[in-house]
Amino acid sequence: MSEEHAHIVSYKTFLIIWVALLILTGITIAVAQYNLGALNIWVALGIATLKAGLVVAVFMHMQYENRLFKLSLLSALTILAIFIGFTFFDVLYR
Amino acid sequence: MSGHVHKDYTGAKFGMWLFLFTEILLFGGLFILYSVYLARYPQEFISAGKELNVWFGGGNTLVLLTSSLFVAVSITALRRGSKRLCLGLLGGTIVCAVIFMVNKYFEWSAKIDHGIYPGSAHLKEMLPGEMVFFNIYYLTTGLHGIHVVIGALILAWTMVLIINDKVNANDWVILENAGLYWHLVDLIWIFIFPLYYLILH
Repeated sequence: MSEEHAHIVSYKTFLIIWVALLILTGITIAVAQYNLGALNIWVALGIATLKAGLVVAVFMHMQYENRLFKLSLLSALTILAIFIGFTFFDVLYR
Repeated sequence: MSGHVHKDYTGAKFGMWLFLFTEILLFGGLFILYSVYLARYPQEFISAGKELNVWFGGGNTLVLLTSSLFVAVSITALRRGSKRLCLGLLGGTIVCAVIFMVNKYFEWSAKIDHGIYPGSAHLKEMLPGEMVFFNIYYLTTGLHGIHVVIGALILAWTMVLIINDKVNANDWVILENAGLYWHLVDLIWIFIFPLYYLILH
């Protein structure tokens, strides 16, 4: 059974990711104190997406899963993007 | 083949992920609500967002990120045969969930004391954009809070299974899936925090 050899992630890897998540949280709080206009929301979303990526890839083991998992995650996110995109086509050009 | 218990780890994990996709779309709907109203009432979202305390939001971010670390490490611990460490980490995660909810209790209480809650007289006097902000704030953080409670209960149930050796170093998929659910709770908060607490300018 190949699954018995499924990847065991080391404590060290998890700790590094945790530290990275804390640093990114600090950065997003610091940046929010400055008025960058519309850029504020995009920086906040960019950092949040980066943090989410780290959680999904390492904490949730997505980087060690097979292609089926990765493709299905991609399709779920694509559906969400279509959902958001089409809503804004409607809302912004009313 | 009597006596042979078939285990399909890939199937079990994939089923969990499919469920998580529906959760992502559920919260995705609430984030769309947020972004549409942000586009419509940018100034009012900023003035309402300043009412939220960044220390509560930041503190809870720290608590959830750490709890996610505990859950992730607990799986490695169990698979390496350190049952006691695994149980300790899961216990720590549940403590984090309790801290999160206590924080939330104080945060919501302070808001409610100031007359800010859905349907309150004070909220009706506010600008429309501020009213919308607080309504979706309560809706989103409330739904997220329910997920925190459910996640903690699932982890507690998993701990019982580990104590009874029903979940062990050779059969850990229940812990894996319970962990996935917990990480999703963390994932949602990663977006809630900047959108609601850090909208200052």
